Amino acid sequence: MGHIDMTDQKSNQSQPASVTLEGAYEIPSIEHPLREAARMFARNKAALGGLILLVGILILTLVVPFFYTVDPFDLVWAPLSPPGTENVPFGTDYLGRDILAGIIHGGSATLAVGASAALLAVVIGLSVGSLAGYYGGWVDEVLMRITEFFQVLPTLLFAMVIVALFQPSVATVAFAIGVVSWTAVARLARSEFLRIRALDYVKAARSISSSNSRVIWYVILPNAMPPLVVQATLAVGGAILFEAGLSFLGLADPNVMSWGFMIGSSRDYLMDAWWTVTIPGVFIFLTVLAVSLIGDGLNDATNPKLRER
Amino acid sequence: MANFSIIAAKRILNAAALILAVVILNFLLIHIAPGDIVDTIAGEMGGISPELIAEIRADYGLDRPLYEQLALYILKILRGDLGHSFFYDVPVVDLILDALPQTLLLVITALSLALVIGTIFGVIAARRPNSAFSHFITVLSLIGFSAPVFWTGLMFLIAFASFIPLFPPAGMADLGLESGSLDYYLDVLHHMVLPVVTLALIYLAFYSRLSRASMLDVLGSDYVRTARAKGLSERVVVYKHALRNALIPIVTIAGLQFAQILSGAVLVEAVFAWPGLGTLALEAILRRDGPTILGILFFSAMVVVIFNLLTDLTYNLIDPRIRLGSKE
Repeated sequence: MGHIDMTDQKSNQSQPASVTLEGAYEIPSIEHPLREAARMFARNKAALGGLILLVGILILTLVVPFFYTVDPFDLVWAPLSPPGTENVPFGTDYLGRDILAGIIHGGSATLAVGASAALLAVVIGLSVGSLAGYYGGWVDEVLMRITEFFQVLPTLLFAMVIVALFQPSVATVAFAIGVVSWTAVARLARSEFLRIRALDYVKAARSISSSNSRVIWYVILPNAMPPLVVQATLAVGGAILFEAGLSFLGLADPNVMSWGFMIGSSRDYLMDAWWTVTIPGVFIFLTVLAVSLIGDGLNDATNPKLRER
Repeated sequence: MANFSIIAAKRILNAAALILAVVILNFLLIHIAPGDIVDTIAGEMGGISPELIAEIRADYGLDRPLYEQLALYILKILRGDLGHSFFYDVPVVDLILDALPQTLLLVITALSLALVIGTIFGVIAARRPNSAFSHFITVLSLIGFSAPVFWTGLMFLIAFASFIPLFPPAGMADLGLESGSLDYYLDVLHHMVLPVVTLALIYLAFYSRLSRASMLDVLGSDYVRTARAKGLSERVVVYKHALRNALIPIVTIAGLQFAQILSGAVLVEAVFAWPGLGTLALEAILRRDGPTILGILFFSAMVVVIFNLLTDLTYNLIDPRIRLGSKE
């Protein structure tokens, strides 16, 4: 597995954090905030480990399929062969399908749904939250009522209904997850916009009659970005778990192999063949873990309050 | 107190508006859904003439304008009628009320466990932010967030129902036990252990982390410094002064998260074949039983609204700093 040999690299990691002073009398240059954040992130071992783990998983699911071409739906060996059996290192499921092939080919569906659902959630949440926070008044009132409405819908049930109404496919599943997960982003964006709108540099931008869209996009948004990026990372993790849950329940596209689907279809055999449900779950777990570690690291790197600790 | 009744009235109105919005959403979903009750009836009856279909449609009011149908639908729901299940052939309300107690038993037990243990964990961790225990809480919450809840449940089944058969693998009670007898309750308790632990674990992770953060925040505040400066013992400072304030965000978030908690319950019920709302919802979806699934969606949203309302009101009572109109 990709990430095992990568942990060696992680332990070799050592970061000399040095600020360069060019001459004794020159004013030390102020580091660009992005560079500073990158440096803080690179110093955080857990976050770096998460990044390496995620890269490993991406290679496994996006590159390795070109080399390991066994069809995950093909019946290749005796059903319920344990891991370590010849030709099928991860064993086979109740139909004799290769679990290793499922892991390698099933990851991309999970990641695609997770990423696009999170993107949708961020786009909706950011639009709603920034407009509500920037304009305030009745715009805020209306948008926050809508947000509240989506918050009381039991997320999984609502997504289940959407998927059941429109035929399950990668697109509908991603849509269903995105539509139920944007509220947290919206609330955060709103409070950030409310806070930043009152700051002097925004007043300054307004006083030189910058247009609303200019203030929103070029003045407030860049300054609201750090916590939103962290929230977006969390949304990716949440969406991956969500997709896995829906596939586990048998509500995703049955023609697409995914890790959640593997667990759901094999659960009746878990007493005799633990590996059929355990192995795909480990990969879901590792993927979400990698994303959460990165999110935590970004949070620590961009939040000056946490930096001092 | 007059202030409180204004807040309460405003919140109750707001909750009523939310429920109305859910009703309208439900109505729209029924209409978006391909195929309606008449198609189902027609399907069951076999070769059926278009005239008869039109007649049945008129019987169900489906030939009237949309807004009239919506008004009829709202009246129906006000009467407590959530429709009739295609698959089970009984009123949807009966199905829901049969399944609800089991779900509440599971959810409330797990939530209480997670809240109590999570708060204790968080307080211990916050008192020594760099101790091994504090790091353990960080790791625990990371794992709790990253592991899919249904998978954790299956792992428990493999470990404690298969390899070491301590607990039953599925269901809520063994058949043949007389309902209401002591043996029956003990058996339910035995069946409950794994699902409750599975559900509690994710929330335990979450609340430990939340209460650790909240407690750290409060312990750093000026009034805690004052309490310490007065020479109060550390125990009094932590448990009498700090904990009370640290609890406020924990209770609020617990209330607001009820919608997610119900979602977790759906998956856990599916894993342990627990006969609650989640199992009913899944069954209804697999059977394409529209009225039942939409009835459950409406009902759970209503439960969430009421739960939020109660949290909101208690919050207003507990914390004098919260005043009408402040929304952060």
